[in-house]
Amino acid sequence: MEFVNPEGLRLDGRRATEMRQFRAEIGVVSRADGSAVFEMGNTKVIAAVYGPREVQNKSQQINDKAVVRCEYSMANFSTGDRMRKPKGDRRSTEISLVIRQTMEACILTNLMPRSQIDIFVQVLQADGGTRSACINAATLALADAGIPMRDLVTSCSAGYLNSTALLDLNYVEDSAGGPDVTVGFLPKLDKVTLLQMDAKLPQDTFKNVMELAIEGCKAVANYIRDILMENTKRLECRRGV
Amino acid sequence: MLQSRSFVKKTKQGGVRKIVREHYLRDDIYCGAPFCKVCDVSGAKLSDAPSPLLVVDTNVVLNQIDLLENPAIDDVVVLSVVLQEVNNKNISIYNRLRSLCSNASRKFFVFSNEHHRDTYVKDMAGETPNDRNDRAIRVATRWYQDHLGGAVHVLLLTNDRENKRKAIEEGISAETVESYVKSLGQPELLDLIVQPPSEDVKMEDVEDLRPSKRKVIYTEHKPMSEITSGLLRGIFHQGKLRVNRYNPFEAYVGSESIGDEIIIYGRTNMNRAFDGDVVAVELLPQDQWQGETSIAITNEEDEEEDVHLPPSSADDAPRATNLVQGSTGAANSPPSRPSGRVVGIIKRNWHSYCGSVEPMPMPAGSGGVVHALFVSKDRRIPKIRIQTRQLDNLLDKRIVVAVDKWDVLSRYPSGHYVRTIGVIGDRDTETEVVLLENDVEFKPFSSQVLACLPPLPWSVSSEDLANPIRQDLRHLQVFSVDPPGCKDIDDALHCTALPSGNFEVGVHIADVTNFVHPGTPLDDEASKRGTSVYLVERRIDMLPKPLTEDICSLRADVERLAFSVIWEMTSEADIISTRFTKSVIKSSAALSYVEAQARMDDSRLVDPVTTDLRNMNALAKIMRQKRIDRGALTLASAEVKFQIDTETHDPLDIGMYQIREANQMVEEFMLAANISVAQKILDHFPQCALLRRHPTPTKEMLEPLIRTASAVGLQLDVSSSKALADSLDRAVGSDPYFNKLIRILATRCMSQAVYFCSGELSAPEYYHYGLAAPLYTHFTSPIRRYADVFVHRLLAASLGINRLPDVFQDKAQLTNISDNLNYRHRNAQMASRASVELHTLIYFRNRPTDTEARIVKIRSNGFIVFVPKYGIEGPVCLSKEGGWLVDEQQQRIKKSDNSIYYGVLQTVQIHMEVVEPQPNRPKLQLTLIEDTYMTKK
Repeated sequence: MEFVNPEGLRLDGRRATEMRQFRAEIGVVSRADGSAVFEMGNTKVIAAVYGPREVQNKSQQINDKAVVRCEYSMANFSTGDRMRKPKGDRRSTEISLVIRQTMEACILTNLMPRSQIDIFVQVLQADGGTRSACINAATLALADAGIPMRDLVTSCSAGYLNSTALLDLNYVEDSAGGPDVTVGFLPKLDKVTLLQMDAKLPQDTFKNVMELAIEGCKAVANYIRDILMENTKRLECRRGV
Repeated sequence: MLQSRSFVKKTKQGGVRKIVREHYLRDDIYCGAPFCKVCDVSGAKLSDAPSPLLVVDTNVVLNQIDLLENPAIDDVVVLSVVLQEVNNKNISIYNRLRSLCSNASRKFFVFSNEHHRDTYVKDMAGETPNDRNDRAIRVATRWYQDHLGGAVHVLLLTNDRENKRKAIEEGISAETVESYVKSLGQPELLDLIVQPPSEDVKMEDVEDLRPSKRKVIYTEHKPMSEITSGLLRGIFHQGKLRVNRYNPFEAYVGSESIGDEIIIYGRTNMNRAFDGDVVAVELLPQDQWQGETSIAITNEEDEEEDVHLPPSSADDAPRATNLVQGSTGAANSPPSRPSGRVVGIIKRNWHSYCGSVEPMPMPAGSGGVVHALFVSKDRRIPKIRIQTRQLDNLLDKRIVVAVDKWDVLSRYPSGHYVRTIGVIGDRDTETEVVLLENDVEFKPFSSQVLACLPPLPWSVSSEDLANPIRQDLRHLQVFSVDPPGCKDIDDALHCTALPSGNFEVGVHIADVTNFVHPGTPLDDEASKRGTSVYLVERRIDMLPKPLTEDICSLRADVERLAFSVIWEMTSEADIISTRFTKSVIKSSAALSYVEAQARMDDSRLVDPVTTDLRNMNALAKIMRQKRIDRGALTLASAEVKFQIDTETHDPLDIGMYQIREANQMVEEFMLAANISVAQKILDHFPQCALLRRHPTPTKEMLEPLIRTASAVGLQLDVSSSKALADSLDRAVGSDPYFNKLIRILATRCMSQAVYFCSGELSAPEYYHYGLAAPLYTHFTSPIRRYADVFVHRLLAASLGINRLPDVFQDKAQLTNISDNLNYRHRNAQMASRASVELHTLIYFRNRPTDTEARIVKIRSNGFIVFVPKYGIEGPVCLSKEGGWLVDEQQQRIKKSDNSIYYGVLQTVQIHMEVVEPQPNRPKLQLTLIEDTYMTKK
């Protein structure tokens, strides 16, 4: 199938190195300590953060740092066919783990010993790149909760179809069966904290695809920073500073 | 700007689902006109001052693609909505349109109107997708008009009356294709136009003369839904229709659902299906299976078999038709094969066909437009009705015609003229027809391809010599042995006696992959061509000439890069060690087979080259014997050689190609090299090695051979290749040619060897039956075969010299490549056969000849003979009046008064002459010369 036509346009009209449109909103769940909605095109994810709070299960308590827990789920209405998604299946367990590890790597857990941070992410609408969207939403929610972090971790995916590296795959491109590289990135520290790919790719091509994904992460980081600044300004106004 | 597009789609399981997709609209899509002041003109493709700018709608593209491909039409804007619709409706036209758009010499510009901010149109409530797309085309045309202002006239070409009316209402100038082409003032272009269906009624003129006028001739095809459900319920059977090459009224449909081939007799039952169409077939009731046969025969009147080259394998041999067909005896037993009729066509395989116009008197008047019948060169294709304004021009020409439609009312399909090739009977024209019919790419190489060549004059550089992966073998005495006049020398040999009494034998193959890198236009072109094609008087190269004849060719006394296989062999030809390396060699002699043979035979010569030749020959003989002991078949083919007049290029003489010991010697080492390489690449890349296999023939395939042999009292054991080889060796008849004839007959029972990718099959299937080798590949001719280039890359990768190119990771693509190689390989063979047939015809045109022939098959109306001297095969018809009685079971023919007998494989005298029973289809006719002394028994 032709995913990039000779004019250089993808199926949805983007060029190879263009991302989908973002939208983010902070503070969407008032009961949570921090929450955010993050959209990448038609992918829509909500994240809520609770904590740092007392460890519920004392046996899991760690004396010198905080426990980070993460739960990923997909709403039944998130895909077109409205199938009931069993909770705790392999895929969501894996993604939960991936998100937890990525977030744990940037939270300064040693500042909050004997406490627990819960991150809940739910996919409201799935259209490819849910993993990346979840990480971005979680970052925003953590920032909203005021949890100390090394840097804003952001994520983006890139793929390789029709001999072209494509940024930010949507569902159609994702299900084409080509390689899909998901990168988690700390933009200020210039460090990669997550790298996943489930296909084979020649080394030099892989390098290009990964660099493209990192560029995507930087773009997301800029956007997230703007959103946070805006949010902070609003809070400032409210306080009347 | 973001738009979301949502639509409802039915899934495979039958559920209905709403799908929402994003649709981005852009402001950076440019109009493609170089004089535009607003747009970025770097990607502009249209001409400076087009007059006028054409916008085409979908139906124009779908129907008039041949017109668009004509260079007279240019400055065309192809809208993305049109491309999309074409893609959905007809992928082959889409590909043609795409190649037009990417062709740098044509001014076709793709405008992505669907993603342009100003030309995107939203679906309106209650609007059909067709109307919506028509509106999108109008909006885009309008945009062009406004955008370019008065600078240029923008014209919408559409044959849809409603669309045209609306366009004119909206202030867009629109015209039908016909009126536009008329305004160009080039009458020959008008022939390219496909007539819109509304004018159809007037087109029946040609058939007016026939009694069948306006009668429904064919049954209506069943609607698609009925076919699908019929296929599901097992009433219909799906398969590809294959028309018998030798009898166009008989076709086969290989059906998986009943596991057998369904025979379809007659055009009525074929119901407008062409060769290669995917069709749905309904089985006829069993009692009709017989009845249909006789109808088929009465239909046959004007069609009969041609003289042709003997088929080289079972794949292109005429099908063994039903034994019962038309025969007198054994009529009571039910026919073994089911027959059926076509009820619907699932996928058409229409393309363009070469042929000529059926001669007809010039009709007076009728405004210059004449309806004519086109007769294809390919006998499997029915006549095609065309409309032309240049009949007097076309009558003596070979032309290309495309098919447009075939409705139930007309006996023949209707089509349109595409182009003229040249004068009928002219050798160049006929050669081009051969190439076109076999889908051989013979255009000169494009400039992009030629740009990949290293600069000339080329010689081995010091970097090549210093390269650690390349071994310097210039000190070795390397020589090549090839056919005389060979310019693309891709293999050379050396043989050194070692002090231990063993021999070091090397096969050096031109290092083509040093120049052809994966992913370059040169590589793409070579992989598309797949193989060089050898015709009688010319060669169509796979790689451009400088590579083929100079840079890669291992000519004498020049340093060349090679890929070498070097063995250490005992004097008993046992391989002790094998080594592969890239190398630099310097050939000391480029011998022809004749020269090499003469040197070996001349006992006075003791120069080093001759000594090496003799040593190699001794080794080769042992290797050959070992191979034969393993069960390799010595098959024979009737290859002929022409002597061509250097001035006129007309054939002067035909003779059998003589095979010498020297040929066999070279062949033996090439086989050994191929086998060694196959082993090596399979060890390293068990999933993606490109190998070649030769399937074991089934019992049914060998059936005709056994029958023929038993008719002359010969028992063949076909249980294994070894057994077959032994019984072929024992088959010595009364004369020296007998054995070769049996071998030729055996060859054509086998299927062809094919390329495949090792990941597709399991190890036992890798077997090469003919060579009795568990593994085989092609490594030794990279200049003329792409498979070898591929294998070179694999071998280089297995030695750690290169990285394995990306294609090897992609199984689907590998399969595509090997399929294409098989297809091209087969076409190349067919083309060279057709070229030989053509030259045979030219040769006999003025030389009616009497010669000796052997009967290879007895049929109901005569027999088929093989003429050893000229390597051709053809039917000899015996008339019923002559009092001939045929016994097909016994494979015997006799005169009613018992005076003359003919049995299979017997020698007869025949007369050969070129006749032209149908105009423009000259053929070689064979007639029997009855001489009683030969046949007295």
